[in-house]
Amino acid sequence: MSAIPVNATADADPADDFDIAPNWKLVWWRFRKHKLAMVSAVILMLIALVALFPDFFSTQAPHKTNARESFIPVQGMHLFSEEGLGLHAYQVVGKRNPTTLKMEWRADGDKIIPLGFFVKGYEYSVFGLFNSSRHLIGPKDSSSRERVHFLGTDRLGRDQWSRLAHGTRVSLSIGLVAVMFSIIIGIVLGGISGYYGGWVDMVIQRLIEILQSLPPIPIWMALTASLPRDWSVEQTYFAITIILSLIGWTTLGREVRGRFLALREEDFVTAAKLSGCSQMRIIFRHMLPAFTSHIIATSTLAVPVMIINETFLSFLGLGLRPPAISWGVLLQEAQNLQSVALAPWLLLPGIAVILTVLALNILGDGLRDAADPYN
Amino acid sequence: MLQYIIKRLLLLPLLLFIFTIIAFILIQAPPGDFLTSYIAELAASGSSMDRAQIDALRTLYGLDQPMVIQYFKWLGRLLTGDLGVSLDWQRPISELIGDRLTLTLLLGGGTFIFTWLIAIPIGILSATRKYSFFDYFFTVFNYIGVATPTFMTALVLMWISFKYYGINISGLFSAEYVDAPWSLARTLDLLKHLWLPIVILGMDGTARLARVMRANLLDELNKPYMEMARAKGMSEWRLVMKYPVRLALNPLVSTIGWYLPLIFSGSVIVATVMNLPTIGPMLLRALISQDMYLAGTIILIYMVLAVIGTLISDILLVWLDPRIRMEKTG
Repeated sequence: MSAIPVNATADADPADDFDIAPNWKLVWWRFRKHKLAMVSAVILMLIALVALFPDFFSTQAPHKTNARESFIPVQGMHLFSEEGLGLHAYQVVGKRNPTTLKMEWRADGDKIIPLGFFVKGYEYSVFGLFNSSRHLIGPKDSSSRERVHFLGTDRLGRDQWSRLAHGTRVSLSIGLVAVMFSIIIGIVLGGISGYYGGWVDMVIQRLIEILQSLPPIPIWMALTASLPRDWSVEQTYFAITIILSLIGWTTLGREVRGRFLALREEDFVTAAKLSGCSQMRIIFRHMLPAFTSHIIATSTLAVPVMIINETFLSFLGLGLRPPAISWGVLLQEAQNLQSVALAPWLLLPGIAVILTVLALNILGDGLRDAADPYN
Repeated sequence: MLQYIIKRLLLLPLLLFIFTIIAFILIQAPPGDFLTSYIAELAASGSSMDRAQIDALRTLYGLDQPMVIQYFKWLGRLLTGDLGVSLDWQRPISELIGDRLTLTLLLGGGTFIFTWLIAIPIGILSATRKYSFFDYFFTVFNYIGVATPTFMTALVLMWISFKYYGINISGLFSAEYVDAPWSLARTLDLLKHLWLPIVILGMDGTARLARVMRANLLDELNKPYMEMARAKGMSEWRLVMKYPVRLALNPLVSTIGWYLPLIFSGSVIVATVMNLPTIGPMLLRALISQDMYLAGTIILIYMVLAVIGTLISDILLVWLDPRIRMEKTG
């Protein structure tokens, strides 16, 4: 008997909190328990940081070519040298193989390039607001011709590390924007379908069924291939997000419709109707908030799908085209066995794709579990 | 049940009609008509086509007529089995596609069977040994399998086998069989090459299906009838295989509807990377060279394959699950 009051006092505050906590707080508490999802969230924040300030993370301008430095392999960072402790890399020296005529790069153990954080490098503009030349990491002596390529260079001697940072911005944002379009179409059409029912519902449902029975990749390929070649990078970018969301909205549309159908019969909707709320108010003020958390979780799971699809299209040469940089465009350099055999490090942007998609999927699963009140 | 199947089959022509419209829109999507761009391309490469030939093509495709008439002309030719001529290859499309279509179907079908053969046992074992090492291992495998683009898997495997074993695993035939007529030796050679693309293409699907199977089975395993059967002394293994597995398979059958289109759709990329002689790489080439009638035909084929998948899944589902059968006919 005595144990009960002790427990009650210990739990008094959280229990009170629990009773009056708004829905988002409950979701957050449940989400917090999902350790792996929390780790994913942190990783994604770091990736988002790279996407926001790619130049800060780069060591070189992403479009800068240097034919003399093509296909340099990955350069490692080292901590200990004969001169003592200090982050450094070794300069690579190229030598042409006399029989194969291939450049062979080797790290020269004597030539040390000291590395530092927040070093000065090429100048860039941050969102057009101000200019900076600070970079997270790079050679301390920016005036020297010595350069480091953490992830090697490609066919044209462009620094893959810097290109990867810039590709992050495009790939991540294309996923987000495409999902945003999908959400808009999905909520509008799914909402209409679920709220009004009848023949409108019939037509929209058949439309969704037809779209879902289409093989997505061939259709996307045909649509992106028909984009005019002379369009600017921005135009292609938006066209591709729209093309991706044309099929992508169906899952969300179904989901929204299902929720609307279920909510339509709920008492609080009837109550709102009886108190004379307009239809718009019922939909946006009463029904939508009841499943926003669910929409967020579903959308989070849709982002990685979009990212992978953009990678597919760009990889095939039908999506974004150079000079745009996305992960798919980077991977296009490794399109066949010959290039991969020659320069395996060109596959490294794929790791970025896998990591991001993995983190987004785990985060989405965590959110979905947290948003489900019956869990 | 028969009534239901007939109903579905009657819907098929309507669906195909919609598909031809979509395919035609895609054919027409690139700016300018394809003949003009083809002539421009010819001129750029130094060769040309004589006036009469151009005019013949123009009237054949009805390029001087309105869109709707062009569409019906195209549809009419499709219905009589005439797929037209590929401008890029200078050969009839049906001739180009024939062999490649067989290989596409073989690849898709093989992948499908492979996924089911692997995914169901994995699903059963993960569900019956919930939270065991095996279960966790496949949870991790599932996440990674879904997150890895298929072309990455293909490229990495190709690279490893090239670097460490010195063999090139692209293509579906060894060099001596590429253009050889079909024979037993060629078929065996095909099977020797086919398994790897199947494994690569099926990895993602295996992971997904195993998860579906696991979730379905977990729902069933907690039901009271299990307790009942155990109380009656039924051996655990027989019990699991006899009741819950059969019930858990039903929702899995309904995944065929979206899974088959996904296989054929995904095979385009794997086939391009691995240089497989299927219709996938041909579609890519046709799209890049704006050989739109070939591209349209291939897309139409993909759409038909997808619909056949949905149809098979619907019919199987009705056949397997009496509850649905009652609902649909009653």
